[in-house]
Parts: sequence; C-alpha cells; structure tokens
Amino acid sequence: MKQTFKGRPVVAGSVSGEAVVSRAGVNVLASFQKDLLARKAAVASRDQNNPGLLGKVLTGKILCLPRTIGSTTGGMILQKAIAAGLAPRAFLFSEPIDSLAAAGLVLAAVWNGAEAVAVDGLGEEFLAAVRDADKIEIRGDGTVVVGE
Amino acid sequence: MYHTSMRLSEEEGKLLAGEGGETLRKALESVIRYGELFGATELAPLDGPVHLVTSFGIPLLRPVFAIMDELIAAGLKTERPFTVDPRPCDYANVPTSLLERLVFDKIMYAKQADYEAQLAAVGLKDGSSFSCACYFDEVGNLPGRGDILAWAESSAVAYANSVLGARTNRNSGVLELLCGIVGRAPRFGLLTDEGRRASWVIELRTSALPEAQLLGSAIGMKVVEEVPYIRGLGALLGGELDQGAKDYLKDLGAASASNGAVGLYHVEGLTPEARELGEGLVKPGARTYLIDDAEIERVRRGYPVLWKDPAAKPRLAFIGCPHLSKSQLYSWLERIEAALAAEGSRRVRVPTVLTTAPGVEAAFRADSDALARLEATGATLSSICPLMYLNNPLCGKKAVATCSNKLRTYTAARYFTEAELASVVARGRV
Repeated sequence: MKQTFKGRPVVAGSVSGEAVVSRAGVNVLASFQKDLLARKAAVASRDQNNPGLLGKVLTGKILCLPRTIGSTTGGMILQKAIAAGLAPRAFLFSEPIDSLAAAGLVLAAVWNGAEAVAVDGLGEEFLAAVRDADKIEIRGDGTVVVGE
Repeated sequence: MYHTSMRLSEEEGKLLAGEGGETLRKALESVIRYGELFGATELAPLDGPVHLVTSFGIPLLRPVFAIMDELIAAGLKTERPFTVDPRPCDYANVPTSLLERLVFDKIMYAKQADYEAQLAAVGLKDGSSFSCACYFDEVGNLPGRGDILAWAESSAVAYANSVLGARTNRNSGVLELLCGIVGRAPRFGLLTDEGRRASWVIELRTSALPEAQLLGSAIGMKVVEEVPYIRGLGALLGGELDQGAKDYLKDLGAASASNGAVGLYHVEGLTPEARELGEGLVKPGARTYLIDDAEIERVRRGYPVLWKDPAAKPRLAFIGCPHLSKSQLYSWLERIEAALAAEGSRRVRVPTVLTTAPGVEAAFRADSDALARLEATGATLSSICPLMYLNNPLCGKKAVATCSNKLRTYTAARYFTEAELASVVARGRV
C-alpha cells in the first residue's frame, strides 16, 4: 500500500530508493566516522547508542530520521560523505532540519558541487509509517511516497 | 549569483555579487543558505571570535582542507583571532606505543602539521589556543552576556549560551569558520529571544547533587535539541554561579550536547537569563521531565559496556573531556591522592591522563609542589583531546575508563562516576 507525505524540499530533487530508518536522532560523527576512516566502499552505521541503526548500510539508501544529533563535527563529516559519494542518496527528516545536517548539505553543494536530496518536516506520522527496505519515491516538490 | 530573500546590507549585497572575490562570495553564500533553512531574514554582526571544532589533520577531511586552501589563496582571515578544539596527540604525556604512533603520524593525523599551518593562516590566535574549553581565562576566548557568536564544539556552545549568556547557535565545523570569515552569523534560533525560551521543565528531585555527566546525559536524551529550564539544581549547587557551579555546568552541558543536541539550558536562580527572567523563560505548554535518583540510575544502567572483556583490567584512564578547569585539576589531584591513600598505594595502577587547556597545563606545571604531587601519583597531564586519541583503532581497542559521558558516547571507553574512577585507577581493577 502506498502512503504519501509532504515536506519541505531542503535540497530539491527526484530520486527513489530503499529506506533505512532511524527512530532516534542520527549522530553523524558516531555513525559515519569509523567507516569513512577505514575507507570502506560503503558506510554502515557504527553508533553504539542507536541500536536500531547500528550496522545498517547508509550509503545509497534513503535515510529516514527525525534529525541529526551529537558533535558539531557532524556537518563536515556529512559534507565529506556527500562529496565522496558515500552518503545516503537522500535524507528524509520527520522534524525541521537541524543545524548540523543543514551545514553538511550546504557545504557539499557550495564547495563541492555535490548534492544529496533532502526533505524536512515530514511529521511523526511519516517516521511511524516507514520501515527498513520500504521502497521510497521522492519528488522535487517535497512529496514522499512510501511503499509500492 | 545566488539570489536570496534575506535582507542584506549594501556591503553584504556587493559581497554576494562577487565584488569581494569568488571565495568570499562562496563563504557568504554558504552562511546565507544555511540561515535561510532556518528562516533567518538577516545576518547579525559577530561580537567575538569564533571557536572551531576541527583541530585535527585527519586525511578524511580532504574537503575541509580544500576549503582552507581556497580561503588562504584568497588572502581571507577571520576578523578576530580564533580558538580551536584540542590537538589529538601528545606522545610525551599520553601512553602511545610505537605502532600506535605510526598509525597516528602516517594515517590518522598525517595532515596535522599542514592543517595547523592552515589554521594559522586563516586567523588562529596562537599555538596555545587548542582547547574545547576556550572560555577558560587561560585560553581567553571569553564572551560577554548577549554577545553574538558563531561557535562550534557542542560543549563550548552549551557553556557560552547557558553559563555566560552569550548567543550562538550550534554551528557545524567549517560553517563557524565561514561565519568568522564574513564576520556575521544568520540570526535565528539561539540568537533570538524566542529561540532561547524553554519548552521543557526539568524537575530535579534527587536526594543529593547528581553526577553532572549523568544528569546532562538524561536531559540530552529527553529534550534532544530543545531548551530545558532546570528546577531544583541551583540550590544543590549552593545558589551561586561560583567556580564549582561553573565546572559542574560545563560537564552537564557537554553530556547534554553529546547525548542530545542541547545548545542552551537555564538553571533556575543560577544562570544569567534564569536569574533575570525566571519562569518567564518557560513557554506555555512546556513539557515536564522529572528526574529522581531512580531515573539517574536508569540512565546509567542504559550505558553499554563495550570492552571485549567487561572484567578486564583497565589499560588507560582519561579524566577531562571536556577539558578540566584549573580548580578541577587540583580537585582531581586531591581525589586521586585520597583514593591511593585508601588503597594503601602510592601510585596509580592504571595509566591515568588528566586533560586540560594548554594554558592551564602550563600554570599547573609552574606550581612545582602540585606538579611533584601529581608526578608522585603516577598520573600525567596533557592538553590533548581524548576522543581524537581514541579514534586510533589501536588505541580504541584498549579497555579505557573515563568519567566523561561524551567520551563514552563517541568511543568504546567505559563510564564510571568520578568517585568510582578514582577508586578504579588506585586499585587497578573495576
């Protein structure tokens, strides 16, 4: 069954892919750093404090999350991941975007010409509905379709 | 040219049109686009230096080094000399094997010297400006009440907003530098009166003053990025914002920022805005979180133990994340001496590193009596960032003990209360 949600396109774009879901805030430093350091071909979350996301591959997925949390290195870690092609293909935030994620997206766009699609403000109902491996379609106007 | 709906001054408009050069234009565009996402309608001039979170020359941050190169090539510097987080390595004072050192020098922080040269070129204050507690007198990046800032380093942001009453958002690394370059920050969030009002009330009803790290952790996990107004803590801290209270709030803020995204908290009757505005800071409909002894214990029990062998003998202990103040350093000296006396020991049985700001370290080393006492315990003093040290996979595998919730959050270090940790390092076992 398809469900449709509408948010604000933070970085507009039309993409589709597979969901990976975090019910808790995503700590970018804790999630991305180890695999980026190890130069893995794909990043999986290494955040011990987010067991729901721990070990799941993030690269190329549609990351569904409330927001990002944690260290203020988060933005540049995200910039690195986006610039290196190791970030999720898109970020779907149930809450308004936070300052760290915003910085990462802006820095990658302005300084690296690299963009990851992002939509925020999708609401709690979005995060309650979406499940890992759900098919997701994102449209340029911030519409998000979950399911097939 | 980037088109913005933000109200810009004539000068800002010219810079955005590229009249100050392409690199300055990109720096300003970054700051504006960032602010637009939060509804900022104008830029606010900065009243003080920026504080940077990125202190480490880790090759994975190649995009950051590239931005620095562009800034330097364009001859751009921050308007005021800035401070930055601690360095990652100190081979003289922190146990490091040859192999670990090889990983640090050749892999992890192979770009450290290059990066420090870049920092100097874009406006670093001096070689002693490496501390997460830049607001210490000994570091000298101490803003006043109401000052508009653009800081990163989550623990410093929480301290500046909450304890000093300055105004900074939780800026990301690089973005804070770009704000320093353009001398402005977008006005939104914690820069505004409305953004500083509390949407959570914390009712603290513990039987005694809880460990700052645990209380901060509990608050961070509950309120995440919102602003809490804490009742019941001021009295437990003696009702005065003295050095002891400031030290406690420094550690509380660091924990709330790393287990959540707290950039500002108010403590009833204690912190500057709470003293002036009181309950008027609390938004109508604010939610309440009751913290009692059981809740503190519940939070503590939720911390995973990531040592391979939970009964292992600790191989290293770190005290001072965020950096210890001078008064905390002297307190820890006494605490370790007392723990050793209780064990009938003269020297710690776990290599123990106390971390503080370079200026505090220098002042402590100049106190020959105190230094002799510390050296007699076997503990060492450094100004590194323990988190950056433990990012070395070889170091990170060690059974490391700490009383820092932040260090526990980002590494496999195991958390102990301050009293427990003193006992652990004296006994040599958990």
